[in-house]
Formats: sequence, structure tokens, C-alpha cells
Amino acid sequence: MISAVKLSKINRHYGDVRALDGIDLDIAEGEFFALLGPSGSGKTTCLRLIAGFESPTSGHIEIFGQAVDDVPPYRRHVNTVFQDYALFPHLNVVDNVAYGLMIRGVDKRTRQIAAEQALDLIRLPGYGLRRPAELSGGQRQRVALARAIVNQPKVLLLDEPLGALDLKLREQMQEELRTLQQTLGITFVFVTHDQGEALSMADRIAIFNEGKIVQVDTPENIYQRPNTRFVADFVGSSNVITTAFAGITSDHTWASLRPESVKIVKTGGKSARVISLNYLGSLTRVALDIDGIRLHALVSSYDTLPEQGAEIRIDWNQQDVRVMQGER
Amino acid sequence: MIQTEKAVMPGRGGVFGAFSDGVWRHPKIFLLLLLLPPVLWLGVVYIGSLIALLIQSFFSIDEFTGLVNREFTLKTYGELLHPANLDIVVRTVSTAIVVTLAAAVVAFPIAYYAARYAKGKWKAVFYLGVMLPLWSSYLVKIYAWKLILAKEGILNWIFAQLHLTWLLDAVLAIPVIGGNSLSVSYLGTCIVFLYVWLPFMILPLQASLERVPANLLEASSDLGARPGKTFRHVILPLAMPGLIAGSIFTFSLTLGDYIIPQIIGSSRLFIGQAVYAHQGTAGNIPLAAAFTVVPIVVMAFYLWLAKRHGAFDAL
Repeated sequence: MISAVKLSKINRHYGDVRALDGIDLDIAEGEFFALLGPSGSGKTTCLRLIAGFESPTSGHIEIFGQAVDDVPPYRRHVNTVFQDYALFPHLNVVDNVAYGLMIRGVDKRTRQIAAEQALDLIRLPGYGLRRPAELSGGQRQRVALARAIVNQPKVLLLDEPLGALDLKLREQMQEELRTLQQTLGITFVFVTHDQGEALSMADRIAIFNEGKIVQVDTPENIYQRPNTRFVADFVGSSNVITTAFAGITSDHTWASLRPESVKIVKTGGKSARVISLNYLGSLTRVALDIDGIRLHALVSSYDTLPEQGAEIRIDWNQQDVRVMQGER
Repeated sequence: MIQTEKAVMPGRGGVFGAFSDGVWRHPKIFLLLLLLPPVLWLGVVYIGSLIALLIQSFFSIDEFTGLVNREFTLKTYGELLHPANLDIVVRTVSTAIVVTLAAAVVAFPIAYYAARYAKGKWKAVFYLGVMLPLWSSYLVKIYAWKLILAKEGILNWIFAQLHLTWLLDAVLAIPVIGGNSLSVSYLGTCIVFLYVWLPFMILPLQASLERVPANLLEASSDLGARPGKTFRHVILPLAMPGLIAGSIFTFSLTLGDYIIPQIIGSSRLFIGQAVYAHQGTAGNIPLAAAFTVVPIVVMAFYLWLAKRHGAFDAL
């Protein structure tokens, strides 16, 4: 089966800065794929390479089996939803959405109908004659989406599309994007620095750190079986402990333990001192100190909570300790 | 306790302090104070004299006594339509159109480079390069151009060295725009106009291009537009306010100038020269005023046309 996007041995250097360093990536057709990483990790550069705005220093890119190394963006069958939307300020909403069709020479009537349909799809009917400046952030975001999908691209690239929206709107858009992707069946490649967003939306996630991909996996595996300390820390702030501390014999030194796997018990386990309590709503994060090792536990706020400074006992299931294969 | 009060609200600083407080509480008074001097200048001195001029153009001159007859009449405007005068108007307006179009074509790449690519030191070089000609005397520059364009001038010499004298001669042989040498042809007039007004086209154009975010060009390209189409559908519409602003400068400055056509070009008159002659030696103030109204009407028509074609939509 041909992959939708295939990157092999991609390097992108800016002088001495290695924005991307030996990237290999295979994105399957119809997949909702997230590129996740902190800012400056190379995820946006990776997206721009797929879109064609930049060329790799070395390496090859294929889109549906076709090499696109020398193909400019306007001849690639991909469309982008930009971070700050990049709507044309001199055109109204319909003309913005119909821009790609207009460029391709589709006649005015047909492209207007297509644009109106796209506006219906993103639930902004009747907004066609407004200017982008007259829309709210969320509405602009939808228009940017409509402008891309109206061209029926083979791959849709989204560069932090929800970054500028407030929490409530963001959660709503996450659901809508997911539904939209399933309806259209287009391959989505989605850049985000928000791990929650990546976990809840993507079929698979590639985690970037300092120009390299450190793990590619499903959200469940990324969360439950982080490969490296970086992944464990970046996705859901896991406890990183040594295998020796966890009582596991292994070639690898490091293991991860999710805070929600740490339980407060009456007897047995290890003795720990409560450093601080952090109320998060339904859950409370408890910072613990075990002979100089810091651990976090996530416990239900409805349970009886320990006092700050108290000596308590904690325990966990040994199978919740995940040895990190990516570390020595 | 007293100390806390001090810390929360320091005392008023005398008369100026009280004035500041008053202005702060009444923003409208502040606006009034801010705008009063320019409004007086612009409204009374500037617009006022323009209206006085407009009124003068409806007076006429008594052909026998040479005195101004202060009765409203359209007679002077009728004189404007005499072939000799109409000729001046057509000549000036067409020159202004040619100069403006040429300025737009020459200025665009320069402005585009400065807005998109020039950074740091090169930006300073750009501003210096564009402004430097404005620092030297207007008259000196024009006389310098007369020497450059003269038959014995450097341009002729360069063409001779390149064995291209035949090309220059062929251009100069074209009726109307040609002549004995570049310095006595309309072509020469246009070249010098273009040189002198070019900064006034480059600067507003650069300012408008600078305001076009780079990601709009990427978005256009992403949506399938070749660079040429991106230029036509994104860059040009967004640069239009700057182009219009620049063309207002080049167009109106060319319409009003009377020194360049006097020094460089054939001895046929431009509007500026006609105004100069009529208000001075001829003492025909009404006709001079009527001539002055022409550029105003032309500019008003031009702006109306630009607005109708959506040139200001991107503002």
C-alpha cells in the first residue's frame, strides 16, 4: 500500500542549526496524524516541507508515491490551514474559500456553489459576503478550513489550527475536526504542541524533540509506553524513575510511572512524605518525597486527602512501571 | 497612615500638573487643542486660498483695458478650450500619465525588494539610496540632467562607445516624443520627471507592500497559484493603496511642475508654465486660475475612478 506522505532521511539545516535531523516518516492514507513537540522541535518545519514552502537540505519526500522534491507548492495536491489562518483581507469569505477554484479556472457559478457548500459543512452558512476582519477567531479558523477542503486535497496540513482559540472553542473544534476528517476521508497531518489535543484527536502521533522524531505510535502507546524520558515527561508529565528503584531487573536504566498509577495505601509499599497538594478539580496532584526522590501521585479529590508534611505510605502495581526501551 | 496616602496618590505638580489632570479628565478638550493649529492652517490658509483661486477663475479679463472684470462668467473656461490652450492641457496630462506609469513600473521591483528581502543594513542602504537624491537641489539636478541628455552629453557618448548611436537616432526620429537630442525632446522631459518623482512612488509602495504578510503569498501558492497569479490576485490588490498614493504624488507633481519642461524638452508649454506666464507677464489672473483648476479636476476624476474600481478595498 502506498503511503500518503513518506519522508526519508530528511535533513533541514539553517547554517549550524539542525531544524530537522534525519527524519523518516510514513503517514498512511486516511490517517489523522499528529506532529507533536515543544516549540522549536522541528514539527512546523516538517509540515512546511510537506507543503513545499521549504526544501530539505537532503532527503526525499513522496506524496502518494510521487517524488515531490522539485515540485513547488502550487503543483502539490496538498492544502494547508495556516496557524494565523492567512485569509486574504481584500476578499470576502466566499471569494477566500473559492480562491483555489478560481485559480484553477473553475467558472464563477460553480465555484460559488462549491464555496457555499464548504461553508455549510463548517457551519458558517450565510457568512459569504463578510470580510475576514469582520469575523471572530473561531469563524476565521473555519473559513481557513473551508478554503483548504474545498479543493479536495489528497492531504490536508494543519499548522496549530486551534492555537489561537480559547479552551471551550478549542474542545468543540477538536470534535468537529475529527468528525470532518472521518466524513471526508482525507489524510490529515496536524501540528500541535498541545499533548492533550494530539492524544484526543490523532490516530497516530510522531513526537519531535530537537529536530528528531523520538517516537511514532498510537496515542495509547505514547501515553502508556513512552519510549524515552522526554516522551514520558512531555506527554502527561509522567514520573521518571530508575528501574532499580522500581525493583525491576533490566538492561535499561529508566522507567516511567504514571501519577495516576501511584496509590496511597494504609500498609505496605514505600514510606513517603507529602510535600504539597495541588487541587485540579476532580483530581488532586500530590507531590511526594521518598528518600530524596520526587514522585507525583494523582488521586481523586473525593478521597480522604493527606495533610501537607504528613508521612504516608504509597504503592503501585508493578505492571504499571514501563521500562523505556529508547534509553540506555 | 499619611505615608500610605502619599504612596497611593502623589500630589499635583503645580499649574502644569493641574492642566494635565484637566486634559486627562476631558479627552475632547485635548483633541481640540491638538487639532486647532492644523485645522486653522489647513482650513483657513490652505483651503481658503484654494476657494479664492476657484472664485478668480470665474472672473474674466477685459481685452481692451487688461483689467479684471469681477463678474461671474464662464468666459475664461471657454478660453481654456481654445486649441492652443487645450493643447497645453492634453500635453501636460498625457505626460503625467506616462510619467506615472513609468514610475510605477520602475518603482515596483525596488519597493518589493525593500519590503520583502532587505534586512538590517540593506534596508538602510535602500532608504539612503531612495532619499539621497532629495537632499540635493532640484535645480542642480535638472541642469545636471540637461548635460547628461545633451547632444555632447554623456549618454550620447555611451551610445557612441557601444556603437548604438543608430538606435538613439531611431528613437529620436519618432515624431512627437523625439527631437534633435534627448535634452530637447518630450522623451527627455519624461526621463527627468521620472527621475525626480521616483522616490514619491517608491516610498508609499514600499510601505503598502511591507504590510502584506508573507504567509498570504504562501497561502496563495498553496492554493495552486503560480507566482504570476499570486502577483495578480494577492500582491497587486494589496499594494493598490500604495500605488494610488504614489501615483497621486507623481501625477499631481508632474501636472504642476513648470521648471523641468522649461529646461528640458521642446519649448512647447505645460500647464505650470502657462499659469506662470498668465499670472505674471500677461497679467491674466482668471485664465491662470482656470488653468490651475484643471489639475484639481483631473485628480478628483482620477481618485473617483480608482475608488470605483475598488482600489481602496484593501485599506
